[in-house]
Order: sequence, then C-alpha cells, then structure tokens
Amino acid sequence: MSTARAPRTRRVARAGQYTALLGYLLFLAFPLLWLLSTALKSPRELGSPHPAWIPRHPTLANVRQAFTEQPLAHAALNSLSVALATAAVTVLIATPMAYVMARHRTRAARAATGWVVVSQAFPFVLLIIPLFLVLKRLRLIDSLTGLVLVYVVWSLPFALWMLAGHARAVPAELEEAAAVDGAGRLRTLTSVTVPLLAPGIAATALFAFVTAWNEFFFALVLLKSPHRQTLPVVLTHFIGAEGVADLGPLAAAAFLATLPSLAFFALVQRRITSGLLTGAVKN
Amino acid sequence: MRTRITLALAVLLLLLAGCSPGGSADGPVTLRFQSLAWQPDSVAATKELVREWNATHPDVKVEYVQGSWDSVHDQLLTSFEGGEAPDVIHDASDDLADFAYGGYLADLSGLLPARLASDIPRGSWETATFGRGVYGVPFLQEPRVLIADADRLRAAKVRIPTPGHPWSWAEFRQVAKKLTGPGRYGVAWPLREPVSATLNLSLSAGGRLFHRGADGKVTVRFEAGDEVVARTIHDQVAVDRSAPASTLGSGGADTLPGLFGGRYAMVPLGFSYRQQIVRQAPEGFHWQVLPAPAGAGGLTQGVSPQTLSVSADCPHKKEAVAFIDFLLRPRNMVRLALGDWMLPTGTQALKDPALHTERHGWATGTALAARLRPAPAQSVRGYPEWKDKVATPAYQRYYSGASTLAELRHRLERDGNLVLARYQR
Repeated sequence: MSTARAPRTRRVARAGQYTALLGYLLFLAFPLLWLLSTALKSPRELGSPHPAWIPRHPTLANVRQAFTEQPLAHAALNSLSVALATAAVTVLIATPMAYVMARHRTRAARAATGWVVVSQAFPFVLLIIPLFLVLKRLRLIDSLTGLVLVYVVWSLPFALWMLAGHARAVPAELEEAAAVDGAGRLRTLTSVTVPLLAPGIAATALFAFVTAWNEFFFALVLLKSPHRQTLPVVLTHFIGAEGVADLGPLAAAAFLATLPSLAFFALVQRRITSGLLTGAVKN
Repeated sequence: MRTRITLALAVLLLLLAGCSPGGSADGPVTLRFQSLAWQPDSVAATKELVREWNATHPDVKVEYVQGSWDSVHDQLLTSFEGGEAPDVIHDASDDLADFAYGGYLADLSGLLPARLASDIPRGSWETATFGRGVYGVPFLQEPRVLIADADRLRAAKVRIPTPGHPWSWAEFRQVAKKLTGPGRYGVAWPLREPVSATLNLSLSAGGRLFHRGADGKVTVRFEAGDEVVARTIHDQVAVDRSAPASTLGSGGADTLPGLFGGRYAMVPLGFSYRQQIVRQAPEGFHWQVLPAPAGAGGLTQGVSPQTLSVSADCPHKKEAVAFIDFLLRPRNMVRLALGDWMLPTGTQALKDPALHTERHGWATGTALAARLRPAPAQSVRGYPEWKDKVATPAYQRYYSGASTLAELRHRLERDGNLVLARYQR
C-alpha cells in the first residue's frame, strides 16, 4: 500500500515544485513584463483607472518618441563601449591578481584580501568628491576613459574576491602535473589554470559589465558633454520636477536599456554553466 | 592562444580609443548652460532659444547641456566642489540657499540689466535673495490649483469658485463632503511632500510658521493661521472621509487615473500638471481649473520659482547674464512658460494674450500670479533637516489621523526649534 502511494506523493511534490518555480519565475519577470506593457500603452491608457496587463491598443509611439526626444542610440553606444571596456580591463587585472592571492598565502596576500573586503565598506558618496578631484588632475573629467577607470576601480574588489574563490578551487596538483610534464609557469597558467577559471572569469566579466552598464551617479557627475552621456543618465531626462515622469517613453527606453545586459548574460551564461561542469564527471 | 590574447588586447585598445574625448569648442567665449527643461515642448523651446542666441552672437557660444530635476542637487554640489560646474545653471529657488551661502553662485545684483530687474516683481526676486545677494533670476512659477471633474461639480450644483470669488477653506470642506458618495471622494490630497504643500497653501490663511526675530534668528511657532489648512486636510481624511487616506503618500500623477475614473472629484495639483491631463484624460472627460481656497490671507500662496543662476567660477559672468537676459525677454519668457505649462514671473510676459485664454485654465492660473509669494521656508537655514526629520513625519502622522493637532504643534515647535537652533548658533 505504501509503495502504491509513493509515486503519487512524488507526483504531487513534483507538481508543487514546478508551481513554486513558475511563481518564482513570474515574480522575477514581473518588473520586466510590466515595463514592456507600459512601453506599449498610449498616454490615455496609461492614465486609465483600470490598468490592464496587456495593452488594449498596443503602440510603438513611445519608442518613437523616446528616440526622437533623446539621443538614446548614441547614449547606448557610449554605455556599451564603457561596459565592454570595463569588463575587459577588470578581467585582465583581476585574473592574475586573484591567482596570486589564491596561491601565495603570505601575510601580504592576506592583508591585501582584508583591504579588498574593507574597501567595499566605503559608501560611494564618500568617494565621489575626492575621486572627482583626482580625475580632474588627470584631465579625465568628461571622458569615457575616466569613467572606465572609475568603474574598473569600483568593480575590482568584488571581482578579485570572486575570482580568488574560483582560483582556490582549482587543484594545485594539476599545475604540479603540468610542471612535471615540462610546462613553464606561463604555459601552465594559460593552458591549465585559465581554462579552468573560465566560469569565474565569465562571471566576473558579467558582473563588471552589468555594474558599468547600470551605473548612474558617477556618470552623471563625471560626464559633462551631452554627446558623452551614458544611457542611465539620459533616461533621467524623462523625469521632471517632483518626480513626475513621461512614463510611456521612459518605460520604452528603460526596457530597451535592459536588453544588452540580457544579451550579454545569454552570451556568457553557457560558458559559466559549461565551465562549472568541466571535470565534474570522470570519463 | 597567443593570437586570441593579441586579438582581445587589440579590441580593448580600440574600445578605449573610442572612449577618448573629442575636439574642443570653437569661439572666443563658450558658456555651458545646464537646462532642466524636460517636457518635449519646453526642451524644444529652450533649444530653439539657444540656437537663436548662437546665430546672433558669434562671439559667445552657448552649449546646451541637459540636466535632470531628479539629481540636480547632488550633481551640482559635486561639480561646484570640483570646479567644473556649468556656467549658467537652471534650478529652483528652494535649492539655492546652500549653494548661495556656500559661495558657489555669483551674486548677480550688480550685473542685472535694468530691464530685467524691473520686469520681475520684488516678491519674486526675494525668492532668490540670500543675505544681501541675488543668486538667481526667478523666471517660471506655478500656483497650486484644484483640478476638478467639471461634470461632477455641475451635477452636485455647487458654486464654481473663481479667482475673484474663491471658496473659503470651510466652504471647500463642505463642497468636498457634498461630492462624496459610495466609493467616491470629493477630493484627493497627493501629499508625498506634505510640508511644502501645507506651508505654501497656509499663506492663504495667514500662516507663517517661521518667525524671524530682531536678532535675525528664526523660530517655529504654529499659530492659528497655520492650523487652517492642516486641519482641513486632516478632517477631510479622518473625520468627513471626503478624502482618501490612500493618496496621502502619493505623487500628483498617481491620482490622475482616479480623477479620470470618477473616484475623486477634485485634486489639488501644481498648475503644470495640466499638460499631463491633456495628454492622458480619456475622451469625454471634462475638467476645469479652480483656484485653491482662500482664507484670511486671500488667495496668497507660497512658490519656489525656477531660476537661472551663474556659477561663481564662471570667468564670463557678464556674457552669462546677457544670455539670461536674452532668454528672459518677455516674448522668450512666454515661450518658455507655454512649453512648461507654467506662469512667467515677468510682468510684461504675463500680459501676453496666450496666457489669458480660458482654454486649459490658463486665465485662472494667470489671475493668481499677483498673489504668489516666496515659499515661507526657503531662506531658513536648516530647513531641509527640519523638513525631513521633524515636519514630514509629524504632518504625515497628523493627516493620517495617527496624532492630534496638539501633538503636531508640539513636534513642529519643540523638536523643530532644536534642529533650527543648531544652524543659527
């Protein structure tokens, strides 16, 4: 009797799990779906006392208005350049540093790790004015290069901490085996360690990209010229005094602004998951 | 592998090269003008005026920079500290005190041309005067008005108020009760910023709240005139139930669907909200603009006009003021006002027929212009902290029915004066 009940109990449990998963996915997707719905509504429908999930008369007028009123395409290009450069530089710097921090457990390495963790405690409002003065001295105000520099510095502590964790998980025995086979230190790093670190590197790149893509305040303060402004700064131009917003175009622009992050994530997520499984199963 | 690394480095270098700044501006003098215009019409009007200036003034080139109301204070503060502020700055008078006292803005009193100085009334100049200096040119302002569902007013057969014969606060309360029914409210108060709304409207009942002594120090006294507006709102929400408690934390735009759907008959809003109403109101919805109720002080209201200032670091102050003078010529001021759906401060601009049409309630708003006064708090040092830490929670508790008028007075006066005292030692 108990054996007959077991499959049914399992089926019920499985159905419950899928229901919970579906609910969770809907919860996660809700802001994005609502943004899309808002972007496709006319001003009249946005002012309707009976808001609908699905626009009654979908329109692309908000998208057209958003692109006509603000230089969204140019701002997106600026954001993309900055985010890609930030991701690349962060990975280039963080990878060897994280490796050293993971492999050489000296007092200096421990102190460096501690400092990295402590540096995360500083609120950015505390840093913005000194940072502004430093960049001014370097003539990097109103420059996307200056912004990349700030984002790299801002992303590095967490990137290092994350990558160092991945580096520690790579068995040192693999490197020793490579050394026994005659590989030099550089060859060992490039042919053995870095491929095994690929999931960590992809996650770090993703983190740095999304941080730079979404960042608003540094970009607002450091960039002066309209043609250098990034997407988050341009999005605020749809918001007026007392928080009144031009909701339709703002939603349209904000929805489009989320797409590159999603695309980048889709691009690197395969690398993250495939890397995680590398070596998990003995052939 | 080496090829891949080389390729990655090449891409990186290309990306960084694409990030480097471009060429410099031409012309002997270049002014950076940061505008906060955001509505499509006002952005277009402002950019058009900048183009006209540049076409007629080849020696002084103005570069339009788009700012945002959402973040202007922090952005300006950082720019001032770093010595990189725009030359001509668009802001609001209630945001200027810290910048003026901090020495970040130029004193314009000796630079203003006589035409501009005499065109703007003294009351408006007071909003941008701190100490002995004038730190901004007030140019656009908006009274708070009642946006009403015209059909419901007509159906209830209530007297329609005009600027010449407005409702008293008591009459307004009666009308709101009359307009209330099952599932319907006579009025909705969107009070996300309860302090400025209450203080500005309280001038109509003779409320002052802030009293400056002979020694120049300011103290808070919550007197009979300060009670009228606060008590009306409280009683409408907590006693009459003619106003919902649910909108007390809302912004003005959040209440519009309720107005369109017949849930609220009236909503007190800034004059410029009319633009949103024109865009969003369903066909067949009839609305009208009514003056806010009057008390012992008549239709007087406090306002914080939009301003144009010059950075203290600007090396070309004379040219910057000349540009401001150009922007604020009567005809240009009207263009800016129409673009933002607000009222100009200039007396000549206010005479423009476009501002006296009955359409969209322009005439009602323009009739209130002479009654607008500086917002009571804006020259009080320590006001932002008093507002955030003391007044906002105190008013919110009172309006929602969680505290009494005596408790509101106690908090505003006792706690409030402790805060202000720290700024006036």
